[in-house]
Amino acid sequence: MCASGKYSSRGPALIPRMKTRHRIYYITLFSVVLLGLIATGMFQFWPHSIESTADWTLDKRSVHDAPLVRLPVSSPIPERGDLSCRMHTCFDVYRCGYNPKNRIKVYIYPLQRFVDEVGVPISSTGLSREYNDLLSAISDSDFYTDDVTRACLFVPSIDVLNQNSLRIRETAQALAMLPRWDKGMNHLLFNMLPGGPPDYNTALDVPRDRALLAGGGFSTWTYRQGYDVSIPVYSPLSADVELPERQPGPRRYFILSSQTAIHREYRAELERLKEENGEALLLLDKCSNLSQGAASARKRCYKGQVYDYPQILQESSFCVVLRGARLGQAALSDVLQAGCVPVILADSYILPFSEVLDWKRASVVIPEEKLSEMYTILKSIPHRQVEEMQRQARWFWEAYFSSMKAIGLTTLQIINDRIYPYASRTYEQWNNPPVVKWSSVNSPLFLPLIPPRAPGFTAVVLTYDRIESLFRVITEISKVPSLAKLLVVWNNQNKSPPEESLWPKIAVPLKVVRTKENKLSNRFFPYDEIETEAVLAIDDDIIMLTSDELQFGYEVWREFPDRLVGYPGRLHLWDHEMGKWKYESEWTNEVSMVLTGAAFYHKYFNYLYTYKMPGDIKSWVDAHMNCEDIAMNFLVANITGKAPIKVTPRKKFKCPECTAIDGLSLDQTHMVERSECINKFASVFGTMPLKVVEHRADPVLYKDDFPEKLKSFPNIGSL
Amino acid sequence: MQAKKRYLILFSAGACLILLFCFGGIQVPLSRRGPTRRDDRSLTGYRSGAQWRRFPGVVQPFSPWDQEESDGYNGHISPRQKRDAITGVYSGKRCRMESCFDFSLCERNGFKVYVYPQQKGEKMSESYQNILSSIEGSRFYTSDPGQACLFVLSLDTLDRDQLSPQYVHNLKAKIQSLPLWNGGKNHIIFNLYSGTWPDYTEDLGFDIGFAMLAKASISTENFRPNFDVSIPLFSKDHPRTGGERGYLKHNSIPPFRKYMLVFKGKRYLTGIGSDTRNALYHVHNSEDVVLLTTCKHGKDWQKHKDARCDKDNAEYDKYDYREMLYNSTFCLVPRGRRLGSFRFLEALQAACVPVMLSNGWELPFSEIINWNTAAVIGDERLLLQIPSTVRSIHQDKILSLRQQTQFLWEAYFNSVERIVLTTLEIIQDRVLQHPSRSSLMWNSLPGGLFTLPQYSTYLGDFPFYYAKLGIKPYSKFTAIIHVVTPLVSQSQPIIKLLVAVAKSQYCAQVIQILWNCDKPLPAKHRWPATSVPVIVIEGESKVMSSRFLPYDTIPTDAVLSLDEDTVLSTTEVDFAFTVWQSFPDRIVGYPARSHFWDSNKERWGYTSKWTNDYSMVLTGAAIYHRYYHYLYTTYLPTSLKTMVDQISNCEDILMNFLVSSVTKLPPIKVTQKKQYKETMMGQTSRASRWADPDHFAQRQTCMNKFASWFGSMPLVHSQMRLDPVLFKDQVSILRKKYRDIERL
Repeated sequence: MCASGKYSSRGPALIPRMKTRHRIYYITLFSVVLLGLIATGMFQFWPHSIESTADWTLDKRSVHDAPLVRLPVSSPIPERGDLSCRMHTCFDVYRCGYNPKNRIKVYIYPLQRFVDEVGVPISSTGLSREYNDLLSAISDSDFYTDDVTRACLFVPSIDVLNQNSLRIRETAQALAMLPRWDKGMNHLLFNMLPGGPPDYNTALDVPRDRALLAGGGFSTWTYRQGYDVSIPVYSPLSADVELPERQPGPRRYFILSSQTAIHREYRAELERLKEENGEALLLLDKCSNLSQGAASARKRCYKGQVYDYPQILQESSFCVVLRGARLGQAALSDVLQAGCVPVILADSYILPFSEVLDWKRASVVIPEEKLSEMYTILKSIPHRQVEEMQRQARWFWEAYFSSMKAIGLTTLQIINDRIYPYASRTYEQWNNPPVVKWSSVNSPLFLPLIPPRAPGFTAVVLTYDRIESLFRVITEISKVPSLAKLLVVWNNQNKSPPEESLWPKIAVPLKVVRTKENKLSNRFFPYDEIETEAVLAIDDDIIMLTSDELQFGYEVWREFPDRLVGYPGRLHLWDHEMGKWKYESEWTNEVSMVLTGAAFYHKYFNYLYTYKMPGDIKSWVDAHMNCEDIAMNFLVANITGKAPIKVTPRKKFKCPECTAIDGLSLDQTHMVERSECINKFASVFGTMPLKVVEHRADPVLYKDDFPEKLKSFPNIGSL
Repeated sequence: MQAKKRYLILFSAGACLILLFCFGGIQVPLSRRGPTRRDDRSLTGYRSGAQWRRFPGVVQPFSPWDQEESDGYNGHISPRQKRDAITGVYSGKRCRMESCFDFSLCERNGFKVYVYPQQKGEKMSESYQNILSSIEGSRFYTSDPGQACLFVLSLDTLDRDQLSPQYVHNLKAKIQSLPLWNGGKNHIIFNLYSGTWPDYTEDLGFDIGFAMLAKASISTENFRPNFDVSIPLFSKDHPRTGGERGYLKHNSIPPFRKYMLVFKGKRYLTGIGSDTRNALYHVHNSEDVVLLTTCKHGKDWQKHKDARCDKDNAEYDKYDYREMLYNSTFCLVPRGRRLGSFRFLEALQAACVPVMLSNGWELPFSEIINWNTAAVIGDERLLLQIPSTVRSIHQDKILSLRQQTQFLWEAYFNSVERIVLTTLEIIQDRVLQHPSRSSLMWNSLPGGLFTLPQYSTYLGDFPFYYAKLGIKPYSKFTAIIHVVTPLVSQSQPIIKLLVAVAKSQYCAQVIQILWNCDKPLPAKHRWPATSVPVIVIEGESKVMSSRFLPYDTIPTDAVLSLDEDTVLSTTEVDFAFTVWQSFPDRIVGYPARSHFWDSNKERWGYTSKWTNDYSMVLTGAAIYHRYYHYLYTTYLPTSLKTMVDQISNCEDILMNFLVSSVTKLPPIKVTQKKQYKETMMGQTSRASRWADPDHFAQRQTCMNKFASWFGSMPLVHSQMRLDPVLFKDQVSILRKKYRDIERL
């Protein structure tokens, strides 16, 4: 293949100045490479074409090709489910093992067609579309393994979603024939319609040994808490009908009942409610003039008037979900999809995924007996809560009800959370809709602690080569009573810090750390040498702060340990003309940032700054040698949702005579650069986390007409 | 040249081969893993190990509508009868609220709890005494069994270990003879220990009938969900009320302590539950994982002594339990004879994250507490994995686990009273069903006992969840002016105050005047004309507490509470309100006071002197959340409220106690001290209550009464106040937004 050299008459024209011999070589070389590339290209695509043909054959494949398994009459039947089963008794946790990802592995049995001895299938429907979807979703997920020996959970491909289509005894025998059945240990069955007439058991009647049951319609008596998983009854309308999300708010009707299979006693009760409250209630039933079937499922009637279902659900604030013969109702899914708040009347019903979902925020549960009081109860719910519930209902549907995939993977996630509880999803992750996740905050330092004064704070001084000024700073800070340690971050790699004997003698330990690179972010590194919670970040030229001022700052930090507590405050403003953020310095009535030229904060934020700063902000700051304080303000405000605290009247760090030297033009470029930082950070954070406040903290007796010597902080400094 | 040519050809051939090999080589393993497997399947179809593939088209949906259901269902017995039938079917071990609890008893009078009168000669443990007095002191208590929804025995059922000295004999007969027993319906039975050596069953030794169990160390097997309540095992020294605070003082970073995981406790050589503790030595490394056991317990431990005992005992004596507890990141809580152990509460208080190793233990208050946020739930079967598991937990998670232990300890566990109240509140939530707490209310600050769902079920109506929901409080306030003197002249301070408050841009539709004066209401035209409507409410009982009633006429989250003689300008009102918006859970206001411990008199003191700190902001000029009105009215006991009403004093102190016990934080004082009270005294002819010399003494007494009911001193000092950013700065007054505030 490689040797087949081709050259055309146009060859020489391309390489005119070469001798023919050379030309041949080059052309050979060229063609060789070209061919090589073509060959590799073909190899790249070759397997894909194999795959696509395979897919095609799969398309043609049908369920009927699945191997047939004949069940002998004497084939063993599993025991009925044991009600006392719990994860620690009936589940073999060793199979899941310890793995760093904390994720269980799920195996799906290959499809088989089970028939009894005379060849009658065990199920009238065989594999349903829904179960097929569910298994496909699992096999496409991270949970899936095709290695039966590595699996922790086994999902049979025997479809038991609807008990009505099953032959109970034979299905049970089929389960017991599964090669890894082992008393149902670590097996998971999905069932949505349990029981059958006349009693309608609330759990699948198929004997199943110790298998876990993900069931729709559990009652408190059949549900094994912490073992079974309560799942929704999937509504086929979810896939067929698209209901766009509606803004939460008041709707045309207050209460809507649209179920068709309501017991006449309850229907009579609803009629009575309708008489009392009139138009606020809409009471729909099936349409008598329509023939049975799919079409009738999409229509509802009231006194001859026809309504489209499920669209009509979007017109009501509350929608009744009454128990039928079974506790679990597919209507719940439709109602949630419509963003209507479900009013659930089904005593002893275990709500879907109740192990992780906080249904009190998305639904109203009323005892069946109190159906007649429904209107009064619902009226007592504040409007804002109804709106939150509407949003929550829709979110539950989107995340956990909308497809068989959602239902299946949620079930697996719940079981996963039980096996690795220390790595489980949090309440917020399960329950907060994206809009809340985005706007809400969970401060990592949430406990209202006012730390004791005694441990004091560690002052971290970032310095390069201004030794004289540094020494003055050290001497000044050392006078602050609560100073516990002084840490000098030596950011100059070309020069060694002065000899130990030259440093000022102070009462607290003084440590010098030398950095590897001259970076601004070095000042926010969580050095092991910082042993206190409180850190005072201070520049090597901040000599104007009085000892009282610093001590007071520390006291204020103790009352607000989750905030930045600093001296000069700064503000961000929206520039309407330019359509972007602007940095504003002195003399504003508001504050949204404090400068970290001198600021107290929790050491945790050092750790956050160093390891959790979003995007490229950290490297951007280091490259620009500016704005590390703005970045810190963004970071803290974003994670705590709180504004910094500006203490004392201090407005700037520079001494008054220095401003003259700085000059106006320098000041302006500075402002432009800082504004740029704010815009850059806001875009990285995707939001503007800074909070604006109009207050600053002063000592209680500041400027009070009271003897100065009796004040704790008499010398609080000037502007 | 020829050589060169050959080299070139050779080189190209080589390059070609390398290229082929490279791409092909990558392809080989790929095809081995991916396509081959699929090929196999396409050949043989359903070989085991094949990935599940969708079967398109051919299958039908599982059952869109159950048509037969409606008909079959309607023909069946009425749901009402079905509901009634439940009672007979599901009793005993299958009891649930639906089947074993009579809701009708709670409908008329709400959730009221009756405690049987104590019989003479009946011995009772101190712990049970504490439980009963906690109930009797709670707002649920009723002395009338006819009003009761829940009944509590006065027979001590805490210790049902037959070998224990506390064991009450003949309980069965005694209970059966109780006239109100009614088969145990609507009764709750508290129990800490059940069963005895050797098998420690969970049998109480008498028939509890339909009664609910509030039991420690209950197993999931015996626990009847939403019926029983799992309570923590607490010692007889557990304080009745108040309770110690958690030990956590710092959130040090990194959050690791000297030890990673510790345990120190007895080891039972044989019998039930001994396996786990006997195996602990496998994990012990005497460095950062220190798991110590001793064989010494009981009289005849020597008899069962095994080979490890002497070694273990020696190691055991080397370490101090307290020292380990405070210096460990995680604390192992393995089962003992029974599922729960004292280690659990000890670890919780010490902010040592509990690592549960007690399979099948229904954790305390599991119905409402999400323990994954405060503990590591281990599995006894995976003991050997425990060290690697705890080491894998991220430090951010440790930080939050640790803080959550402290929150839970203080919210639900630190006194017998809290444990009992939590139990009752859980049952109340079940009984009322609709107004009940969501999981968020139970599991986040300030906890379920301070979050009353009867006020609202909407989280945004409380001052605590704004940040969690990502919302802000309503940006208006309602002013409430408390009036006790008749309106005689237009120069009275209240007229000025009304005008000033009405001018505030944040003032909502209403200013409410609470007329607690004995004189009849003045005519409408006597009030100044304001742009916002003024509502005058005539206080029915004319008592102090009525100023904190949760009036329906308050449409805003914020309440500005004012005395009639308060001097306040519009700017001051505006500024205080903007500050409150940053601290919606605290009292924000002007007149600050402080408390101190008077060590000579061994009691709390109250001071209105100039101090460098403060711990109260009086409600004569303060903004706080409307919810605190509700809490004041419903949460506080009648005894304290009556006391306030009788002396017409201290209501502001009580409010500060209440808010600080909820937030555990100081109130916030804004701007400089004003001496308006003192100046007022000269102006009004009628002596204001502030001039009364008894007034001050009463306030001292109040402080101590309140502190004893709260069980500890909830007030917290603050050393700072909040001023406008440019307050008293040397800059043009025109630049300042709140310039009027600087005029004293």
